[in-house]
Amino acid sequence: MLRIPCPWCGVRDETEFRYRGDASVARPGEHADAAAFAEFVYSRRNPSDWHREWWLHVGGCRRLIAVERHATTHAIRAVAPP
Amino acid sequence: MQNAASPPARAPLLRRSAARYSGWRLFLEALTGHRGWGEAWRKARPRERYRVVVVGGGGHGLATAHSLATEHGITDVAVIERGALGLGNVGRNTTIIRSNYFHPDNIRFYDLSLTLWEQLERQLNFNAMVSQRGTLNLFHTEAQRDLFTRRANAMRLLGVDALELSRAEVRRRVPLIDMDGGRFPVLGGFLQPRGGTARHDAVAWGYARAAAAAGVDVVEHCEVTGIRCQGSRVTGVDTTQGFVGADVVCLAVAGHSSRLAAHVGLTLPIETHVLQAFVSEALKPVLDLVVTYGAGHFYISQSDKGGLVFGGGIDGYNSYGQRGTLPMAEEVAAAAVTLMPALARVRVLRQWGGVMDMSMDGSPIISRTPIDGLFLNAGWCYGGFKAIPAGGRATAHLIAHGEPHPLARHLDLDRFAAGRTIDERGAGPFPYAH
Repeated sequence: MLRIPCPWCGVRDETEFRYRGDASVARPGEHADAAAFAEFVYSRRNPSDWHREWWLHVGGCRRLIAVERHATTHAIRAVAPP
Repeated sequence: MQNAASPPARAPLLRRSAARYSGWRLFLEALTGHRGWGEAWRKARPRERYRVVVVGGGGHGLATAHSLATEHGITDVAVIERGALGLGNVGRNTTIIRSNYFHPDNIRFYDLSLTLWEQLERQLNFNAMVSQRGTLNLFHTEAQRDLFTRRANAMRLLGVDALELSRAEVRRRVPLIDMDGGRFPVLGGFLQPRGGTARHDAVAWGYARAAAAAGVDVVEHCEVTGIRCQGSRVTGVDTTQGFVGADVVCLAVAGHSSRLAAHVGLTLPIETHVLQAFVSEALKPVLDLVVTYGAGHFYISQSDKGGLVFGGGIDGYNSYGQRGTLPMAEEVAAAAVTLMPALARVRVLRQWGGVMDMSMDGSPIISRTPIDGLFLNAGWCYGGFKAIPAGGRATAHLIAHGEPHPLARHLDLDRFAAGRTIDERGAGPFPYAH
């Protein structure tokens, strides 16, 4: 069980949250080419160590938060509002 | 051949027949204290150079090497495995084989696999305990009945077996199911009679033995630590046992594909997620089909040892931790006792996790890459086991001919950018949703 420290609600169980994926990818500008958009939609760095990711606190404040979590140990080292 | 059992003085023909596994051989060995079996495959050390190096001694890597050696005559092949054979995902799954997909391309590919499973044991001369007991998907609403009927029709149009079972038939076939309990009573089922299970680690051992007998070097306890290129052409791999040169390198390391591809600067359309599996204590025979719950993500079968083997969905967030966490264990247990309340009194004996290559469209990747000579067998999500025979054959075909196998053309890496994704569930580019 992950215990995620929500910046607004405090430390809560992972079951209150919904995972929303990699937070390190950035949407390209509107004039970017198709390759840049394909990269944004499909390519993932998928690291085995620190991973910045979105979690939606559906069972709490219902806000998105960016969590830095270790993908092998599951330790959480930073949480920030988007 | 490779088998130390045979004294060197014997004629080759006799030696070959003595190395074969058979009822007769078992009888002879029983008379002599089972001292003559020998090792099933040569323990190779890597040579300096090979034509093909397959990274990953799991099901797909071994099946690829086996197919290269036996179907394409390419025997200058090494399979390099970090640990011992059978300890990765090939030995961590719930052993289900089936081809009940919806997309025609998927049906054809997975049915090639199922057809090859049917011939596997004779081909490998190894008992992989392939058991075509049938896979049954339950439906619980009229809409779900329509969906399964459509899927069954899609399969039948391509000549693949699929049946709809009535509610009474489901009740008769699987008395364990609580037909009326919970919020979602069972309305019927969708059965693929040719589906079933196979002994997972025996599949790895059988392929390793047959591949080694055909001349492939199976190298265990040797980790690939880097991939070397000259310009945009692959030249070999660095390993914990030194550099191994190769004309072709094939990555078959599902779960860790992104990490290895990163050595050559490739970013893949893959995230790594953990999937758990569970085995109960051994029971007398209570379940002779593979059953999949339709009102939750849950599937269950009974092994020949009597243990119930079951699992659910992925834990739901990127993870390389081969363990799994409690919320999903609880969800799986809840689904188990909702569908089969009698299981409430069964004790779980073992639980484990495996790391999956979750691709962005939920379908696998068998493809060349932007690096010349580097091939990819990856992205199997949690459906890699059933695809082993076809995955190996298609990957070997691609390596040997430079052209994709006719039934695996759609599995290329370019499909994502080209908008040809194969999203069986229509879940979108979100690996955690597949």
